[in-house]
Amino acid sequence: MRSTILSILAAAAALSLSAPAEAQEKTLTVYTYESFISDWGPGPKVKETFEKTCACKLNFVGVADGVALLTRLKLEGKSTDADIALGLDTNLISEAKATGLFEPHGLDASAAKVPGNYSDDTFIPYDYGHFAVVYDTQAIKNPPKSLKELVEGDPAQKIAIEDPRTSTPGLGLLLWVKSVYGDKAPEAWAKLRKRVLTVTPGWSEAYGLFTKGEVPMVFSYTTSPAYHMVEEKTDRYQAASFTEGHYIQIEVAGMLKGTGDKDLAKQFLKFMVSPAFQDVIPTTNWMMPAAKTSEPLPDAFNKLVQPAKTFLMGSDEVARNRQAWIDEWLTAMSMN
Amino acid sequence: MLTRAERRRGIGWGLLSLTGIALFVGVAIVALLSWDAGNAQSRLFTPYTWRILRFTLLQAVLSTLLSVLFALPVALALARRPSFPGRLWIVRLMALPMGLPVLIGALGLIGIWGRQGVMNSLLLKLGLEQPVSIYGLSGILLAHVFFNLPLAARLLLAALERLPAEYWLLSSSLGMKPFSVFRFIEWPAARHVIPGIAGLIFMLCATSFTLVLVLGGGPAATTLEVAIYQSLRFDFDPPRAIALSLLQIGITALILIAISLLPAPDDAGITAGRATRRFDGRTLPARLWDVLAILLATTFLILPLASIVGAGVQANLWSLVNSPAFLRAAWTSFTIALSAGLLAVLTSLAIIAGRGAIADMKRPGGTARAFSVSLGGTSSLVLLVPPVVLGTGWFLMLRPFGDVARFAPALVAIINMLMALPFAMRVLAPAVETHRKRTARLSASLGLSGFSRAWRIDLPVLAKPLLTALSFAMALSLGDLGAVALFGSSDLTTLPWLVYSRLSSYRANDADGLALILGIICLGLTMIGTTGQREAKHG
Repeated sequence: MRSTILSILAAAAALSLSAPAEAQEKTLTVYTYESFISDWGPGPKVKETFEKTCACKLNFVGVADGVALLTRLKLEGKSTDADIALGLDTNLISEAKATGLFEPHGLDASAAKVPGNYSDDTFIPYDYGHFAVVYDTQAIKNPPKSLKELVEGDPAQKIAIEDPRTSTPGLGLLLWVKSVYGDKAPEAWAKLRKRVLTVTPGWSEAYGLFTKGEVPMVFSYTTSPAYHMVEEKTDRYQAASFTEGHYIQIEVAGMLKGTGDKDLAKQFLKFMVSPAFQDVIPTTNWMMPAAKTSEPLPDAFNKLVQPAKTFLMGSDEVARNRQAWIDEWLTAMSMN
Repeated sequence: MLTRAERRRGIGWGLLSLTGIALFVGVAIVALLSWDAGNAQSRLFTPYTWRILRFTLLQAVLSTLLSVLFALPVALALARRPSFPGRLWIVRLMALPMGLPVLIGALGLIGIWGRQGVMNSLLLKLGLEQPVSIYGLSGILLAHVFFNLPLAARLLLAALERLPAEYWLLSSSLGMKPFSVFRFIEWPAARHVIPGIAGLIFMLCATSFTLVLVLGGGPAATTLEVAIYQSLRFDFDPPRAIALSLLQIGITALILIAISLLPAPDDAGITAGRATRRFDGRTLPARLWDVLAILLATTFLILPLASIVGAGVQANLWSLVNSPAFLRAAWTSFTIALSAGLLAVLTSLAIIAGRGAIADMKRPGGTARAFSVSLGGTSSLVLLVPPVVLGTGWFLMLRPFGDVARFAPALVAIINMLMALPFAMRVLAPAVETHRKRTARLSASLGLSGFSRAWRIDLPVLAKPLLTALSFAMALSLGDLGAVALFGSSDLTTLPWLVYSRLSSYRANDADGLALILGIICLGLTMIGTTGQREAKHG
């Protein structure tokens, strides 16, 4: 029995992992999130362009999302194979640094310009997006014009949001409400709760409900409509512009201490803020580029909501308070 | 009945599988416990924990009650109408929701019962305002009934079909009224299996994750499983995850222990049943009632599936199927599902052999009886240990030995095997036991044992239940997302993972198409598992 089991396992492992023979050239391993390396994501093009310049092999390892990426690094600790972690957001940076796995890049990263002039000695931004309520123009004629209007609006017009315990957009909304309402956040959540159709574990489920017409509003990004305009040629889905301003998600990458080839890792980080990389971002990752692109962005991007004000909490503050704020959210949301 | 050597061998197999499973679960837990959590905030039992515990149990109890309650008339009606048009297909249809990936099932249900769904538009036209809400407790219950009513109905039907033909002859010659038939024949048969069915469904609902999260509507309706997932995925706080898992295991194990002392329901009657003639239920009202019960249940099941098909065919299926990403994912899924299925069947057989050997003892001692009970319990206990706990534990364990991605497919296969084990057991245990009782003397008198007995006597009879168990386990594994979620990487993309990945790249259309393809594959597997039923009916 034991040997049968083992041989089946061995066969299974061999069948699904018939890895190609390793080439003898240098490799750079980049941990990132799954949608970055999907057929539709930036990954394939980034790989092709970078490999032309580096005489190396770029090896992507994809996990579910930014949070899973950090968890994966914590699990692997010092023995990680990663040279670069790409896809954490600024809310996670303090926790990422606390692992002691990352090393300051020591590069001039001034090419990367994001709202609020965020900069860091360890992590370099590669794209950003403002969170926004995206709505279906066929279902909603008068979208909320502020967070206050969203909170206090007609409870019959529902929104799907993400769970801050399991997703980065969910955490983004939590921090946005906190930024605007401060100590009054629990009251705001208690009101908003009546408008919330459902809280999903991640962005995919919420956006799926939205595009199915199940819910007229969803918590997403100001850049989401660009996808529909560019790929589906429709103006139907739009982001609502909020007068208080929008919370931002800045996606960053950093170099790991254990990387075998620091020069190669730095070369990648530099490449990341060059036009060759940045050109790919808008229409594959559907986020705003963090540095200059060689061509102007597609027209659709000019039609997107341009937030008047950007909210961003320091990552130390987020790390310190996240648990307490999530508890606050849980209490407010589970009141009957 | 068994020879001394056979008994020893049986106990050996049982011990081996028990140790194997205990080790697999134990290693994961030890690895997590010995992780230096540092300054992790292990606040275990906040008022919120108790609240979700209460909700977990409440929704599981209600889901179980409703599923069994509605399944009973359906099973009775199907048992009374052996020649109902399309009956075989209805029974096959009932195997489908079990193998359907939960997210896909949820989307199908939303298509029918959602705010824009067929049902609500219909009821809205009738003048009711938003009559059914699929979000919150009502949605969770609706979805749990959708997934578990068919399971309960199949298991009940199997029990009813095992009733000897003489019962019906006798009841007819005594001129028993329908109520008496129910009271003296059908109910005792059902009562015998209901505790086991209810226990199984209770566990499935108590550990329900995706469904509760998507349809629950928010923190007011969430389960322990979510809290466990979150403490590992987001906080990376293994001690908390373990404590919550132990809480979940502890509470549900109490129920399991009670159930393991009761007879297990089985799926054997469906495949091994012979033709029985029923003489009751020939009046018009009885016929109408049965037709109504069967039609309502079938509609309830078929509408969400139709909604999946409706959404799926709008995708470009042909190019999806031909894409390298799909082919790769399909191959990975298939390999893992086949490994998990074979493992589940082999482990079930080992456990059955162990229990058989104990049952065969003239006076089993306390240890032997405890061993038999734990064998029975182990096959279900694994349902309670969340896959994410097993996966993370093993990740920590294997990490020092190199790239975990190399071990990932095997780990996912084993975790899927554990998830399928309770179902495989329910199909195989009664089939094997009945078969052994029938053939023990024959084999002994022919002097057949070991391989030649397995080949000449066991395989021809047991091939069908083995196939059923295998295909069932494979379907479960194909639909699983939980185990893959931790390891999921570019090296290990399964079909459900691909559905998610398409959704997160704004490709909802592709996701619908992939969901349909996955559904068709699962249907194919259940058909393989239920082939030969027609022949059996006419045999």
